[in-house]
Amino acid sequence: MAQELDRLIETPSQTAGPYVHIGCLPSFAGVEGVYPQDLAVTPFAQGAAGEIITITGSVYDGTGTPLCDAVLESWQADAQGLFAGQKGADEKVSGFCRFAADKDSGEFTLRTIKPAAVHGRNKQIFAPHIALWIVARGINIGLQTRIYFEDEDNHADPLLARIEQDHRRATLLAKKVSTGTYRFDIRLQGEGETVFLDL
Amino acid sequence: MREATALLPRRREMHPVAYYPEYKTSAVRSPSLPLLSMESTPSEEHGPCFGHSAIGSLDNNLITNYTQGKALALGERIRVHGQVLDENARAVPDTLIEIWQANAGGRYRHIKDTYFAPLDPNFGGCGRTLTDANGGYEFFTVRPGAYPWPNRANDWRPMHIHFSIFGHAFGQRLISQMYFEGDPLIELCPIVATVRKRSQLERLIAPLDMQNARSMDYLAYKFDIVLRGYRQTKFENKPQGM
Ligand SMILES: [Fe+2]
Repeated sequence: MAQELDRLIETPSQTAGPYVHIGCLPSFAGVEGVYPQDLAVTPFAQGAAGEIITITGSVYDGTGTPLCDAVLESWQADAQGLFAGQKGADEKVSGFCRFAADKDSGEFTLRTIKPAAVHGRNKQIFAPHIALWIVARGINIGLQTRIYFEDEDNHADPLLARIEQDHRRATLLAKKVSTGTYRFDIRLQGEGETVFLDL
Repeated sequence: MREATALLPRRREMHPVAYYPEYKTSAVRSPSLPLLSMESTPSEEHGPCFGHSAIGSLDNNLITNYTQGKALALGERIRVHGQVLDENARAVPDTLIEIWQANAGGRYRHIKDTYFAPLDPNFGGCGRTLTDANGGYEFFTVRPGAYPWPNRANDWRPMHIHFSIFGHAFGQRLISQMYFEGDPLIELCPIVATVRKRSQLERLIAPLDMQNARSMDYLAYKFDIVLRGYRQTKFENKPQGM
């Protein structure tokens, strides 16, 4: 027998379930009056530097049906590539937003600041992107993915470079609809399945 | 602000399987292709920060927070408390925990819950708190009722409280559920069973904690939580290969 590694093990995930809004977006669930307002309904305040963009999309299940009960969270850098709390970061950018798929149509909308590229360890540079986390009934552990932008230079991005198939890489690129407007659909399973991440 | 360090890779075998057909909805909501795995990057190593000013004084008391203290929720009064640590056994202070649950009759206050058990006019069903300097937290609430749900012909969820925990890095983000020691419905629930490793499943079951109960007032349950840890090395900032 070898020595034991004295490390703890992460608590296992469980599905967020259909009523996740009560805890995370109570006013969506119809629970009013406990908190003054829902947490993190916007990732920036007026006066933040950078281009304001709107990203809309839907989360589709394996049958092609949009989820009407998904909750999404986004986390991103500011227009200089810095995260909230880092030295020099834009104080008007919290970088974090929580939003739900519409209960009837399943469409979500994220209005945010377009992030800049982010510098990582070992001189890695990540193209502008927004980290996404998706939870819903039937999703047993939150799904991580990223929104990149088709109108940015993505060729040297270390994460995108790890994706073997070109058509799969495209699942992480938001499509430009018009100036400041993008479309980003997420497919949980099957044809056009989004690349989900384990980082 | 802490320097961003790599997170320990997530041990996926310690988590539920994505595809578990007895939990029917998971059949069409689980990715069929492998996840793309690589070392964490700044986007996972940084995370949102929530200040104490954002949290109200009643936010962690679900017995009173829906009526802002005017009336009490119905049900068996309980205190749920514990500590948040990371995999390196370091306390996780000042991190946001949010919970939500059904009322004592097993009914959620949610536009989509149509179960005929009645709503409690004095119960909303959500609460939140920040951990203290030692990673400790507590909630006061009522024991949620078990409830039936449309899955197999007669599936019931065991009594449970949903937990959402942030940690300090977006890659630590976790949602889970706390069950109650001794509930026979735990063994019958296909959502519980998505966690295939028995020792991991048991970590979701909070023991009765009479030492922390209060006479003539509330019972207590203890629920400790472990989030992903950071890689710890003295060589982190040296160039590769040195
Ligand atoms: Fe539930």
